[in-house]
Amino acid sequence: MTIAIIGQSAAFRLGVRDGLVMPFWMVLGSMIGFGSMARDSGVSLGVALGASFGIWGLPGQVAMVELFAVGLPVFAIVVASSMANMRFMPMCVVLMPHFRGNPTAVRWRYVLAQMLSINIWTVFMRRGPTLADADRLPFYLGVSIICLVAGGLGTTLGYEASGLLPLYVTVSLVFLNPAYFVFVFSSVRQRNCIIAVLVGAVAGPLLYQITPDWSVPVTGLLAGTAAFIIDKSMKVPA
Amino acid sequence: MSLSDPWVVLLACIGGTFVWRALGVAVASRIDISGNVFQWFNCVAYAMLAGLITRVLLIPSGTLAETPDIDRIAAMTGGLIIYFFYNRNIFIGTGTAFVLFLCLTAARHFGIL
Repeated sequence: MTIAIIGQSAAFRLGVRDGLVMPFWMVLGSMIGFGSMARDSGVSLGVALGASFGIWGLPGQVAMVELFAVGLPVFAIVVASSMANMRFMPMCVVLMPHFRGNPTAVRWRYVLAQMLSINIWTVFMRRGPTLADADRLPFYLGVSIICLVAGGLGTTLGYEASGLLPLYVTVSLVFLNPAYFVFVFSSVRQRNCIIAVLVGAVAGPLLYQITPDWSVPVTGLLAGTAAFIIDKSMKVPA
Repeated sequence: MSLSDPWVVLLACIGGTFVWRALGVAVASRIDISGNVFQWFNCVAYAMLAGLITRVLLIPSGTLAETPDIDRIAAMTGGLIIYFFYNRNIFIGTGTAFVLFLCLTAARHFGIL
């Protein structure tokens, strides 16, 4: 892989550009869906925005708002919301080593982890490794800022204007982000990642029918381990 | 401020997600990226996300659950065909799937389908 040194401000602008091409619209669409759902659940706009910026992971946000509306005990809401966002653990493990060459990024690693979302992760995993150590942090910040702006904007739009959009538009906006990820994961190049995506894509819906609450971590563990073993057992190393 | 105050619930949920992020950071700072454990984590991350996404599309919850399975599958199939036809262009693939899905749900809304 060729490493290009493009300079920190150029890397930031590249991050902003990469963020605006697709992720901005994806986050905007799914957060419009979340905003309108939050309003229907009876939480305030402030709490909805707090969930978008603070939890910053849609499954956990949806779980919190849905279960709060049902009136579940706080502990149950927190556990469900937390479990829904468990994917951040392996995502952070895979992301963070890319920042090792930059002492500033290492010092701020927990802040960077808090900013991470699946859209930012997929963009960074494509572009980040091709950048020089010093350029990765500004690139990451560029993408993240664009996604955070889209998150705030989408939540507010969805909350305030949910009644204005016809349902077939809102539902299509919710469809947009998962559809986009199918193409993002279809363009993964590394062999072990391709195998993991294929095994995970089949196992996810199947395991969900066995254990809806635990399907995400169980899929990760079972399908991920299977993919790891399949990749290792292939004769020619990747 | 009671325990069931939405802001208290929110703060607790922010903490509930941050636990996973922090745990990932802690593991990442101790991991050898050329080793098998890191490769395994990589496989787990991709498998977990891929499984979550196909589940959301095939067995959705929330508003997506109100749309027929066939609409979501047809839109994704059409998008994937165009995606491979146009040399794996993510933008064109996503755009096709979105427009197809929008047309299908709109057609049902207006009673054409």
